Amino acid sequence: MAQVPVEHGLMLAAVLFALGLVGVLARRNLLFILLSLEVMLNSAGLAFVVAGSHWQQPDGQILFLFILTVAAAEVSIGLALVLLFQHRHQSLNVDDASGMRG
Amino acid sequence: MNVVFYISGAVAVLTTAIAITRRNAAHALLYLVVSLLSVALVFFTLGAPFAAALEVIIYAGAIMVLFIFVIMMLNPAGGERAGDAPLRDWRLWIGPSILSAILGLELVYLFAGNVAGSTGAGEVVPVQVGVILLGPYVLGVELASILLLAALVSASHLGRRALPGEEENPEGKGGS
Repeated sequence: MAQVPVEHGLMLAAVLFALGLVGVLARRNLLFILLSLEVMLNSAGLAFVVAGSHWQQPDGQILFLFILTVAAAEVSIGLALVLLFQHRHQSLNVDDASGMRG
Repeated sequence: MNVVFYISGAVAVLTTAIAITRRNAAHALLYLVVSLLSVALVFFTLGAPFAAALEVIIYAGAIMVLFIFVIMMLNPAGGERAGDAPLRDWRLWIGPSILSAILGLELVYLFAGNVAGSTGAGEVVPVQVGVILLGPYVLGVELASILLLAALVSASHLGRRALPGEEENPEGKGGS
Protein backbone atom coordinates (compact mmCIF):
# COMPACT_ATOMS: atom_id res chain seq x y z
CA MET A 1 0.00 0.00 0.00
CA ALA A 2 2.03 2.89 -1.29
CA GLN A 3 1.61 6.32 0.15
CA VAL A 4 0.35 9.18 -1.94
CA PRO A 5 3.34 11.19 -3.20
CA VAL A 6 3.62 14.50 -1.44
CA GLU A 7 3.83 16.29 -4.80
CA HIS A 8 0.34 15.16 -5.72
CA GLY A 9 -1.10 16.46 -2.46
CA LEU A 10 0.62 19.79 -2.93
CA MET A 11 -0.58 19.91 -6.53
CA LEU A 12 -4.16 19.42 -5.37
CA ALA A 13 -3.69 22.26 -2.88
CA ALA A 14 -2.24 24.47 -5.61
CA VAL A 15 -5.13 23.76 -7.97
CA LEU A 16 -7.69 24.53 -5.27
CA PHE A 17 -5.82 27.72 -4.37
CA ALA A 18 -5.77 28.78 -8.02
CA LEU A 19 -9.50 28.15 -8.32
CA GLY A 20 -10.12 30.31 -5.26
CA LEU A 21 -7.87 33.02 -6.66
CA VAL A 22 -9.76 32.97 -9.95
CA GLY A 23 -12.99 33.28 -8.00
CA VAL A 24 -11.72 36.29 -6.05
CA LEU A 25 -10.47 38.01 -9.18
CA ALA A 26 -13.28 37.18 -11.58
CA ARG A 27 -16.42 37.42 -9.49
CA ARG A 28 -17.91 40.77 -8.61
CA ASN A 29 -20.39 39.48 -6.06
CA LEU A 30 -19.15 40.10 -2.52
CA LEU A 31 -20.60 36.83 -1.25
CA PHE A 32 -18.76 34.83 -3.91
CA ILE A 33 -15.52 36.66 -3.14
CA LEU A 34 -15.81 35.62 0.51
CA LEU A 35 -16.61 32.08 -0.59
CA SER A 36 -13.51 31.96 -2.79
CA LEU A 37 -11.43 33.29 0.10
CA GLU A 38 -12.63 30.32 2.11
CA VAL A 39 -11.50 28.00 -0.68
CA MET A 40 -8.05 29.61 -0.65
CA LEU A 41 -7.68 29.34 3.13
CA ASN A 42 -8.83 25.75 2.98
CA SER A 43 -6.27 24.88 0.31
CA ALA A 44 -3.52 26.46 2.43
CA GLY A 45 -4.62 24.21 5.28
CA LEU A 46 -4.57 21.25 2.92
CA ALA A 47 -0.96 22.02 2.05
CA PHE A 48 -0.08 22.05 5.76
CA VAL A 49 -1.79 18.72 6.37
CA VAL A 50 -0.06 17.17 3.35
CA ALA A 51 3.31 18.31 4.64
CA GLY A 52 2.54 17.13 8.16
CA SER A 53 1.51 13.75 6.82
CA HIS A 54 4.66 13.51 4.73
CA TRP A 55 6.93 13.98 7.73
CA GLN A 56 4.64 12.11 10.13
CA GLN A 57 4.47 15.11 12.44
CA PRO A 58 1.36 16.51 14.14
CA ASP A 59 2.48 20.10 13.49
CA GLY A 60 0.70 20.20 10.15
CA GLN A 61 -2.66 19.47 11.75
CA ILE A 62 -2.03 22.08 14.43
CA LEU A 63 -1.31 24.72 11.82
CA PHE A 64 -4.51 23.63 10.08
CA LEU A 65 -6.31 24.22 13.36
CA PHE A 66 -4.95 27.78 13.50
CA ILE A 67 -5.94 28.41 9.89
CA LEU A 68 -9.41 27.17 10.78
CA THR A 69 -9.55 29.72 13.60
CA VAL A 70 -8.48 32.51 11.28
CA ALA A 71 -11.05 31.42 8.70
CA ALA A 72 -13.85 31.39 11.26
CA ALA A 73 -12.93 34.86 12.54
CA GLU A 74 -12.55 36.20 9.01
CA VAL A 75 -15.85 34.85 7.78
CA SER A 76 -17.85 36.12 10.75
CA ILE A 77 -16.56 39.68 10.30
CA GLY A 78 -16.76 39.41 6.53
CA LEU A 79 -20.40 38.35 6.55
CA ALA A 80 -21.27 41.16 8.98
CA LEU A 81 -19.64 43.53 6.48
CA VAL A 82 -21.65 41.91 3.66
CA LEU A 83 -24.86 42.71 5.53
CA LEU A 84 -23.74 46.33 6.06
CA PHE A 85 -22.77 46.59 2.39
CA GLN A 86 -26.16 45.35 1.25
CA HIS A 87 -27.88 47.76 3.64
CA ARG A 88 -25.88 50.70 2.33
CA HIS A 89 -25.71 50.03 -1.40
CA GLN A 90 -28.73 47.78 -1.98
CA SER A 91 -26.51 45.45 -4.00
CA LEU A 92 -23.60 43.06 -3.52
CA ASN A 93 -21.50 44.31 -6.41
CA VAL A 94 -18.08 45.33 -5.11
CA ASP A 95 -17.75 47.89 -7.90
CA ASP A 96 -20.37 49.94 -6.08
CA ALA A 97 -17.82 50.49 -3.35
CA SER A 98 -15.00 51.68 -5.61
CA GLY A 99 -15.28 55.29 -4.45
CA MET A 100 -14.48 56.85 -1.10
CA ARG A 101 -16.44 59.50 0.73
CA GLY A 102 -15.01 63.01 0.67
CA MET B 1 -5.59 3.83 -0.50
CA ASN B 2 -4.28 5.96 -3.29
CA VAL B 3 -7.36 5.61 -5.44
CA VAL B 4 -9.54 7.16 -2.74
CA PHE B 5 -7.18 10.12 -2.56
CA TYR B 6 -7.29 10.72 -6.29
CA ILE B 7 -11.05 10.37 -6.63
CA SER B 8 -11.62 12.70 -3.67
CA GLY B 9 -9.18 15.21 -5.09
CA ALA B 10 -10.90 15.13 -8.46
CA VAL B 11 -14.29 15.63 -6.81
CA ALA B 12 -12.86 18.53 -4.78
CA VAL B 13 -11.50 20.29 -7.84
CA LEU B 14 -14.65 19.67 -9.86
CA THR B 15 -17.05 20.91 -7.19
CA THR B 16 -14.92 23.95 -6.39
CA ALA B 17 -14.83 24.88 -10.06
CA ILE B 18 -18.60 24.52 -10.25
CA ALA B 19 -19.11 26.46 -7.02
CA ILE B 20 -17.23 29.57 -8.08
CA THR B 21 -19.04 29.76 -11.40
CA ARG B 22 -22.65 29.47 -10.18
CA ARG B 23 -24.98 32.45 -10.44
CA ASN B 24 -27.15 31.47 -7.51
CA ALA B 25 -25.30 31.68 -4.20
CA ALA B 26 -27.31 28.89 -2.60
CA HIS B 27 -26.45 26.46 -5.41
CA ALA B 28 -22.79 27.44 -5.12
CA LEU B 29 -22.92 26.69 -1.40
CA LEU B 30 -24.30 23.22 -2.09
CA TYR B 31 -21.31 22.42 -4.28
CA LEU B 32 -18.87 24.03 -1.88
CA VAL B 33 -20.10 21.80 0.95
CA VAL B 34 -19.42 18.76 -1.22
CA SER B 35 -15.98 20.17 -2.00
CA LEU B 36 -15.20 20.58 1.71
CA LEU B 37 -16.41 17.06 2.43
CA SER B 38 -14.13 15.66 -0.25
CA VAL B 39 -11.19 17.62 1.17
CA ALA B 40 -12.04 16.06 4.52
CA LEU B 41 -11.83 12.64 2.87
CA VAL B 42 -8.44 13.63 1.44
CA PHE B 43 -7.30 14.45 4.97
CA PHE B 44 -8.56 11.09 6.13
CA THR B 45 -6.62 9.23 3.46
CA LEU B 46 -3.52 11.24 4.32
CA GLY B 47 -3.69 9.90 7.86
CA ALA B 48 -5.03 13.03 9.56
CA PRO B 49 -8.39 11.98 11.04
CA PHE B 50 -8.48 14.90 13.49
CA ALA B 51 -8.15 17.44 10.69
CA ALA B 52 -10.81 15.57 8.71
CA ALA B 53 -13.25 15.75 11.61
CA LEU B 54 -12.56 19.45 12.11
CA GLU B 55 -13.05 20.07 8.40
CA VAL B 56 -16.50 18.51 8.49
CA ILE B 57 -17.55 20.06 11.81
CA ILE B 58 -16.24 23.60 11.43
CA TYR B 59 -15.89 24.24 7.70
CA ALA B 60 -18.77 22.24 6.26
CA GLY B 61 -20.82 22.74 9.41
CA ALA B 62 -20.35 26.07 11.14
CA ILE B 63 -18.91 28.31 8.43
CA MET B 64 -21.29 27.14 5.71
CA VAL B 65 -24.22 27.63 8.08
CA LEU B 66 -23.06 31.23 8.55
CA PHE B 67 -23.12 31.66 4.78
CA ILE B 68 -26.59 30.16 4.59
CA PHE B 69 -27.83 32.55 7.30
CA VAL B 70 -26.52 35.54 5.37
CA ILE B 71 -28.01 34.28 2.10
CA MET B 72 -31.35 33.85 3.83
CA MET B 73 -31.14 37.38 5.25
CA LEU B 74 -30.19 38.89 1.90
CA ASN B 75 -32.44 36.74 -0.28
CA PRO B 76 -30.56 37.57 -3.47
CA ALA B 77 -32.56 35.19 -5.64
CA GLY B 78 -35.77 37.14 -5.29
CA GLY B 79 -37.19 35.67 -8.47
CA GLU B 80 -37.84 32.23 -7.06
CA ARG B 81 -41.48 31.50 -6.61
CA ALA B 82 -42.51 30.93 -3.04
CA GLY B 83 -44.73 27.99 -3.91
CA ASP B 84 -41.99 25.97 -5.55
CA ALA B 85 -41.52 22.61 -3.95
CA PRO B 86 -37.78 22.38 -3.37
CA LEU B 87 -37.56 18.77 -4.46
CA ARG B 88 -39.48 19.19 -7.69
CA ASP B 89 -36.62 20.68 -9.64
CA TRP B 90 -34.29 17.70 -9.58
CA ARG B 91 -31.55 19.47 -11.54
CA LEU B 92 -30.71 21.56 -8.48
CA TRP B 93 -29.82 18.75 -6.15
CA ILE B 94 -28.95 15.81 -8.40
CA GLY B 95 -25.36 16.97 -9.03
CA PRO B 96 -24.32 17.42 -5.39
CA SER B 97 -26.18 14.24 -4.48
CA ILE B 98 -24.29 12.12 -7.00
CA LEU B 99 -20.94 13.56 -5.94
CA SER B 100 -21.77 13.04 -2.26
CA ALA B 101 -22.77 9.46 -3.06
CA ILE B 102 -19.33 8.95 -4.63
CA LEU B 103 -17.71 10.22 -1.43
CA GLY B 104 -19.94 7.99 0.68
CA LEU B 105 -19.03 4.96 -1.40
CA GLU B 106 -15.36 5.78 -0.93
CA LEU B 107 -15.87 5.91 2.82
CA VAL B 108 -17.64 2.54 2.77
CA TYR B 109 -14.78 1.15 0.68
CA LEU B 110 -12.24 2.47 3.19
CA PHE B 111 -13.96 0.90 6.16
CA ALA B 112 -14.90 -2.33 4.41
CA GLY B 113 -11.29 -2.72 3.28
CA ASN B 114 -10.29 -2.75 6.93
CA VAL B 115 -7.48 -0.28 6.39
CA ALA B 116 -8.41 1.97 9.31
CA GLY B 117 -8.21 5.11 7.24
CA SER B 118 -4.50 5.30 6.85
CA THR B 119 -2.44 5.25 3.70
CA GLY B 120 -0.23 2.68 5.29
CA ALA B 121 2.55 5.01 6.34
CA GLY B 122 1.06 5.50 9.77
CA GLU B 123 -1.43 8.14 10.74
CA VAL B 124 -1.03 11.02 13.13
CA VAL B 125 -3.64 10.25 15.75
CA PRO B 126 -5.52 12.97 17.66
CA VAL B 127 -3.63 12.14 20.85
CA GLN B 128 -0.35 13.26 19.31
CA VAL B 129 -1.99 16.43 18.03
CA GLY B 130 -3.43 17.23 21.45
CA VAL B 131 -0.16 16.64 23.26
CA ILE B 132 1.76 18.94 20.94
CA LEU B 133 -1.05 21.51 20.79
CA LEU B 134 -1.14 22.06 24.54
CA GLY B 135 2.61 21.66 24.88
CA PRO B 136 4.87 23.77 22.65
CA TYR B 137 1.93 25.44 20.89
CA VAL B 138 0.01 26.61 23.95
CA LEU B 139 0.87 30.24 23.19
CA GLY B 140 -0.75 29.82 19.79
CA VAL B 141 -3.90 28.50 21.44
CA GLU B 142 -4.05 31.62 23.61
CA LEU B 143 -3.51 33.85 20.59
CA ALA B 144 -6.28 32.00 18.76
CA SER B 145 -8.64 32.62 21.66
CA ILE B 146 -7.78 36.33 21.62
CA LEU B 147 -8.39 36.38 17.86
CA LEU B 148 -11.79 34.77 18.31
CA LEU B 149 -12.64 37.28 21.04
CA ALA B 150 -11.66 40.14 18.73
CA ALA B 151 -13.82 38.66 15.98
CA LEU B 152 -16.74 38.36 18.40
CA VAL B 153 -16.40 41.97 19.53
CA SER B 154 -16.11 43.36 16.03
CA ALA B 155 -18.98 41.27 14.65
CA SER B 156 -21.13 42.43 17.53
CA HIS B 157 -20.09 46.03 16.87
CA LEU B 158 -20.83 45.79 13.15
CA GLY B 159 -24.18 44.17 13.74
CA ARG B 160 -25.51 46.47 16.43
CA ARG B 161 -27.97 49.27 15.99
CA ALA B 162 -27.32 52.77 17.24
CA LEU B 163 -28.42 53.30 20.82
CA PRO B 164 -31.17 55.90 21.41
CA GLY B 165 -28.86 58.64 22.66
CA GLU B 166 -26.18 58.03 20.06
CA GLU B 167 -25.73 59.61 16.68
CA GLU B 168 -27.24 57.48 13.97
CA ASN B 169 -24.76 55.98 11.56
CA PRO B 170 -24.93 57.79 8.23
CA GLU B 171 -26.26 54.74 6.47
CA GLY B 172 -28.27 55.06 3.35
CA LYS B 173 -26.53 58.15 2.09
CA GLY B 174 -23.33 56.27 1.43
CA GLY B 175 -22.11 55.26 -1.94
CA SER B 176 -20.95 58.68 -3.01
